[in-house]
Amino acid sequence: MSTDTPPQTSDVDVAALVSRLEEVEEEVAAIRDDTADDRKKMTMIATKGSLDMAYPPLILASTAAAFDWDVTVFFTFWGLDILHEEKSKKLKMTPLGNPSMGMPNLLAAIPGMDSMATRMMERKMTDQGTASIQELLELTLDLGAELQACQMTADLMDYDDDEFYEGVTTGVGAASALAEMGDSDIQLLI
Amino acid sequence: MSAEPETTETLDVKGLSCPMPVVKTKQAIDALEEGDVLEVLATDSGSVSDVRGWADTTAGVELLDQRETTQGGETVYQHYVRKTT
Repeated sequence: MSTDTPPQTSDVDVAALVSRLEEVEEEVAAIRDDTADDRKKMTMIATKGSLDMAYPPLILASTAAAFDWDVTVFFTFWGLDILHEEKSKKLKMTPLGNPSMGMPNLLAAIPGMDSMATRMMERKMTDQGTASIQELLELTLDLGAELQACQMTADLMDYDDDEFYEGVTTGVGAASALAEMGDSDIQLLI
Repeated sequence: MSAEPETTETLDVKGLSCPMPVVKTKQAIDALEEGDVLEVLATDSGSVSDVRGWADTTAGVELLDQRETTQGGETVYQHYVRKTT
Protein backbone atom coordinates (compact mmCIF):
# COMPACT_ATOMS: atom_id res chain seq x y z
CA MET A 1 0.00 0.00 0.00
CA SER A 2 1.48 3.38 -0.94
CA THR A 3 1.76 6.07 1.72
CA ASP A 4 -0.71 8.46 0.07
CA THR A 5 -3.54 5.99 0.00
CA PRO A 6 -6.18 7.17 2.48
CA PRO A 7 -6.48 4.76 5.39
CA GLN A 8 -9.42 2.45 5.36
CA THR A 9 -12.07 3.28 7.89
CA SER A 10 -11.40 0.00 9.54
CA ASP A 11 -7.78 1.10 10.20
CA VAL A 12 -8.91 4.05 12.35
CA ASP A 13 -10.20 3.78 15.85
CA VAL A 14 -13.15 6.14 15.40
CA ALA A 15 -14.26 5.85 18.98
CA ALA A 16 -10.82 6.91 20.26
CA LEU A 17 -10.78 9.89 17.88
CA VAL A 18 -14.24 10.98 18.95
CA SER A 19 -13.31 10.73 22.59
CA ARG A 20 -10.09 12.69 22.00
CA LEU A 21 -12.08 15.33 20.11
CA GLU A 22 -14.46 15.65 23.05
CA GLU A 23 -11.50 16.10 25.42
CA VAL A 24 -10.05 18.85 23.25
CA GLU A 25 -13.44 20.59 23.06
CA GLU A 26 -13.68 20.54 26.86
CA GLU A 27 -10.17 21.97 27.22
CA VAL A 28 -10.94 24.77 24.76
CA ALA A 29 -14.14 25.60 26.64
CA ALA A 30 -12.23 25.73 29.93
CA ILE A 31 -9.59 28.05 28.45
CA ARG A 32 -12.36 30.26 27.02
CA ASP A 33 -13.95 30.48 30.48
CA ASP A 34 -10.63 31.46 32.05
CA THR A 35 -9.86 34.17 29.55
CA ALA A 36 -13.44 35.51 29.50
CA ASP A 37 -12.84 36.71 33.07
CA ASP A 38 -10.70 39.67 32.08
CA ARG A 39 -10.85 41.24 35.54
CA LYS A 40 -7.36 42.42 36.32
CA LYS A 41 -5.64 41.31 39.49
CA MET A 42 -3.07 43.36 41.37
CA THR A 43 -0.96 42.31 44.33
CA MET A 44 1.24 44.69 46.29
CA ILE A 45 3.71 44.14 49.08
CA ALA A 46 3.81 47.14 51.46
CA THR A 47 6.96 47.19 53.61
CA LYS A 48 7.25 50.79 54.76
CA GLY A 49 5.56 52.46 57.72
CA SER A 50 6.49 56.13 57.45
CA LEU A 51 3.72 58.65 56.81
CA ASP A 52 4.88 59.46 53.28
CA MET A 53 5.32 55.83 52.28
CA ALA A 54 1.97 54.73 53.70
CA TYR A 55 0.17 56.63 50.95
CA PRO A 56 1.34 54.92 47.73
CA PRO A 57 -0.01 51.42 48.53
CA LEU A 58 -3.33 52.79 49.79
CA ILE A 59 -3.82 55.24 46.91
CA LEU A 60 -3.07 52.52 44.35
CA ALA A 61 -5.16 49.90 46.16
CA SER A 62 -8.24 52.13 46.50
CA THR A 63 -7.98 53.32 42.90
CA ALA A 64 -7.49 49.78 41.56
CA ALA A 65 -10.50 48.66 43.59
CA ALA A 66 -12.47 51.53 42.02
CA PHE A 67 -11.46 50.03 38.65
CA ASP A 68 -13.16 46.81 39.84
CA TRP A 69 -9.81 45.06 39.93
CA ASP A 70 -9.15 42.21 42.30
CA VAL A 71 -6.71 43.80 44.78
CA THR A 72 -4.57 42.23 47.49
CA VAL A 73 -2.04 44.13 49.60
CA PHE A 74 0.29 42.15 51.83
CA PHE A 75 1.63 44.36 54.65
CA THR A 76 4.89 43.28 56.22
CA PHE A 77 7.54 44.73 58.53
CA TRP A 78 6.97 48.45 59.09
CA GLY A 79 4.12 48.38 56.58
CA LEU A 80 2.15 46.53 59.25
CA ASP A 81 1.79 49.81 61.20
CA ILE A 82 -0.56 51.05 58.46
CA LEU A 83 -3.05 48.31 59.40
CA HIS A 84 -2.59 48.86 63.14
CA GLU A 85 -5.45 51.03 64.34
CA GLU A 86 -3.45 52.97 66.94
CA LYS A 87 -0.10 53.15 65.12
CA SER A 88 -1.68 54.21 61.83
CA LYS A 89 -2.83 57.47 63.43
CA LYS A 90 0.70 58.29 64.59
CA LEU A 91 2.78 57.55 61.50
CA LYS A 92 5.80 59.82 61.25
CA MET A 93 8.28 60.79 58.58
CA THR A 94 11.88 61.91 58.75
CA PRO A 95 13.73 64.65 56.89
CA LEU A 96 17.00 62.80 57.66
CA GLY A 97 18.65 61.44 54.52
CA ASN A 98 15.76 62.76 52.45
CA PRO A 99 17.12 65.34 49.98
CA SER A 100 13.59 66.07 48.72
CA MET A 101 12.78 67.80 52.00
CA GLY A 102 15.65 70.26 51.59
CA MET A 103 16.90 70.11 55.16
CA PRO A 104 20.64 69.58 55.79
CA ASN A 105 21.24 66.20 57.47
CA LEU A 106 23.05 67.83 60.39
CA LEU A 107 19.91 69.79 61.23
CA ALA A 108 17.59 66.90 60.40
CA ALA A 109 19.38 64.76 62.97
CA ILE A 110 18.40 67.09 65.85
CA PRO A 111 15.84 65.48 68.20
CA GLY A 112 12.31 66.63 67.46
CA MET A 113 12.89 67.18 63.74
CA ASP A 114 10.89 64.09 62.76
CA SER A 115 7.86 65.37 64.65
CA MET A 116 8.27 68.80 63.13
CA ALA A 117 8.56 67.44 59.58
CA THR A 118 5.53 65.22 60.23
CA ARG A 119 3.44 68.15 61.49
CA MET A 120 4.45 70.23 58.46
CA MET A 121 3.47 67.44 56.08
CA GLU A 122 0.17 66.85 57.88
CA ARG A 123 -0.69 70.53 57.67
CA LYS A 124 0.10 70.58 53.95
CA MET A 125 -2.01 67.49 53.39
CA THR A 126 -4.99 68.98 55.22
CA ASP A 127 -4.70 72.16 53.12
CA GLN A 128 -4.52 70.08 49.93
CA GLY A 129 -7.54 67.94 50.80
CA THR A 130 -5.44 64.77 50.98
CA ALA A 131 -7.31 62.01 52.78
CA SER A 132 -5.97 60.71 56.07
CA ILE A 133 -4.40 57.24 56.21
CA GLN A 134 -7.33 56.01 58.31
CA GLU A 135 -9.89 57.37 55.84
CA LEU A 136 -8.07 55.83 52.86
CA LEU A 137 -7.66 52.50 54.60
CA GLU A 138 -11.34 52.22 55.52
CA LEU A 139 -12.35 53.25 52.00
CA THR A 140 -10.01 50.67 50.47
CA LEU A 141 -11.54 47.91 52.61
CA ASP A 142 -15.04 49.18 51.75
CA LEU A 143 -14.27 48.86 48.05
CA GLY A 144 -13.47 45.18 48.55
CA ALA A 145 -9.67 45.14 48.50
CA GLU A 146 -8.05 42.42 50.56
CA LEU A 147 -5.59 43.86 53.10
CA GLN A 148 -3.42 41.21 54.70
CA ALA A 149 -1.24 41.40 57.81
CA CYS A 150 1.93 39.30 57.69
CA GLN A 151 1.69 36.86 60.60
CA MET A 152 5.44 36.57 61.14
CA THR A 153 5.89 40.34 61.50
CA ALA A 154 2.77 40.64 63.67
CA ASP A 155 4.32 38.09 66.05
CA LEU A 156 7.68 39.87 65.89
CA MET A 157 6.10 43.19 66.86
CA ASP A 158 3.70 41.68 69.39
CA TYR A 159 0.59 42.91 67.58
CA ASP A 160 -2.65 41.10 68.39
CA ASP A 161 -5.19 40.43 65.65
CA ASP A 162 -7.72 42.72 67.34
CA GLU A 163 -5.32 45.67 67.17
CA PHE A 164 -5.74 45.78 63.40
CA TYR A 165 -8.62 47.49 61.60
CA GLU A 166 -11.78 45.46 61.23
CA GLY A 167 -11.76 43.73 57.85
CA VAL A 168 -8.00 43.13 57.78
CA THR A 169 -7.03 39.53 57.00
CA THR A 170 -4.64 38.01 59.52
CA GLY A 171 -2.75 34.73 59.67
CA VAL A 172 -1.12 34.94 56.25
CA GLY A 173 2.48 34.45 55.22
CA ALA A 174 4.93 34.69 52.34
CA ALA A 175 3.54 31.62 50.59
CA SER A 176 0.04 33.04 50.29
CA ALA A 177 1.45 36.38 49.13
CA LEU A 178 3.49 34.61 46.44
CA ALA A 179 0.49 32.55 45.37
CA GLU A 180 -1.50 35.78 44.89
CA MET A 181 1.38 37.37 42.99
CA GLY A 182 1.66 34.37 40.69
CA ASP A 183 -1.98 34.85 39.71
CA SER A 184 -1.70 38.62 39.27
CA ASP A 185 -1.39 40.83 36.22
CA ILE A 186 0.38 43.49 38.27
CA GLN A 187 2.78 42.99 41.17
CA LEU A 188 4.39 45.82 43.12
CA LEU A 189 6.79 46.02 46.04
CA ILE A 190 6.53 49.28 47.96
CA MET B 1 -21.65 75.11 24.33
CA SER B 2 -24.14 72.27 24.36
CA ALA B 3 -26.55 71.76 27.22
CA GLU B 4 -25.37 69.83 30.24
CA PRO B 5 -26.39 66.16 30.19
CA GLU B 6 -29.46 65.43 32.29
CA THR B 7 -28.18 64.18 35.60
CA THR B 8 -29.71 61.81 38.12
CA GLU B 9 -27.45 62.75 40.99
CA THR B 10 -24.60 65.14 41.83
CA LEU B 11 -21.48 64.19 43.76
CA ASP B 12 -19.54 67.06 45.29
CA VAL B 13 -15.86 66.23 45.82
CA LYS B 14 -14.64 69.82 45.74
CA GLY B 15 -11.58 70.26 47.94
CA LEU B 16 -10.62 66.57 47.82
CA SER B 17 -7.52 65.35 46.02
CA CYS B 18 -6.31 62.10 44.44
CA PRO B 19 -7.53 59.38 44.75
CA MET B 20 -10.77 60.63 46.31
CA PRO B 21 -12.56 62.03 43.22
CA VAL B 22 -12.29 58.68 41.41
CA VAL B 23 -12.93 56.48 44.43
CA LYS B 24 -16.00 58.48 45.52
CA THR B 25 -17.26 58.51 41.93
CA LYS B 26 -17.05 54.72 41.83
CA GLN B 27 -18.98 54.43 45.11
CA ALA B 28 -21.66 56.84 43.88
CA ILE B 29 -22.01 54.99 40.55
CA ASP B 30 -22.44 51.69 42.40
CA ALA B 31 -25.46 53.15 44.21
CA LEU B 32 -27.17 54.22 40.95
CA GLU B 33 -29.32 52.33 38.43
CA GLU B 34 -28.50 51.46 34.84
CA GLY B 35 -28.91 54.51 32.59
CA ASP B 36 -28.50 57.02 35.42
CA VAL B 37 -26.08 59.90 34.93
CA LEU B 38 -23.83 61.10 37.72
CA GLU B 39 -22.50 64.65 37.78
CA VAL B 40 -19.18 64.98 39.65
CA LEU B 41 -17.95 68.39 40.81
CA ALA B 42 -14.24 68.53 41.61
CA THR B 43 -11.56 71.14 42.18
CA ASP B 44 -8.65 68.71 41.72
CA SER B 45 -7.23 69.46 38.25
CA GLY B 46 -5.91 65.89 38.13
CA SER B 47 -9.50 64.64 38.20
CA VAL B 48 -9.84 65.43 34.47
CA SER B 49 -7.40 62.74 33.37
CA ASP B 50 -8.16 60.50 36.36
CA VAL B 51 -11.92 60.29 35.79
CA ARG B 52 -11.31 59.78 32.06
CA GLY B 53 -8.77 57.02 32.75
CA TRP B 54 -11.10 55.35 35.24
CA ALA B 55 -14.09 55.49 32.88
CA ASP B 56 -12.03 54.09 29.98
CA THR B 57 -10.74 51.20 32.09
CA THR B 58 -13.87 50.28 34.02
CA ALA B 59 -16.70 48.23 32.53
CA GLY B 60 -20.26 49.50 32.86
CA VAL B 61 -19.57 53.24 32.83
CA GLU B 62 -19.43 55.81 30.05
CA LEU B 63 -17.94 59.28 30.28
CA LEU B 64 -20.41 61.63 28.56
CA ASP B 65 -18.74 64.98 29.06
CA GLN B 66 -16.14 66.92 31.00
CA ARG B 67 -16.20 70.66 31.39
CA GLU B 68 -14.52 73.41 33.31
CA THR B 69 -16.30 76.33 34.93
CA THR B 70 -15.37 79.07 37.37
CA GLN B 71 -17.50 79.24 40.49
CA GLY B 72 -16.80 81.92 43.07
CA GLY B 73 -13.25 82.42 41.82
CA GLU B 74 -12.26 78.74 41.82
CA THR B 75 -12.08 76.39 38.86
CA VAL B 76 -14.58 73.55 39.07
CA TYR B 77 -14.22 70.47 36.89
CA GLN B 78 -17.55 68.86 36.01
CA HIS B 79 -17.64 65.24 34.93
CA TYR B 80 -20.71 63.42 33.60
CA VAL B 81 -20.68 59.65 33.87
CA ARG B 82 -23.47 57.30 32.78
CA LYS B 83 -23.93 53.90 34.33
CA THR B 84 -24.39 51.54 31.38
CA THR B 85 -24.88 48.17 33.10
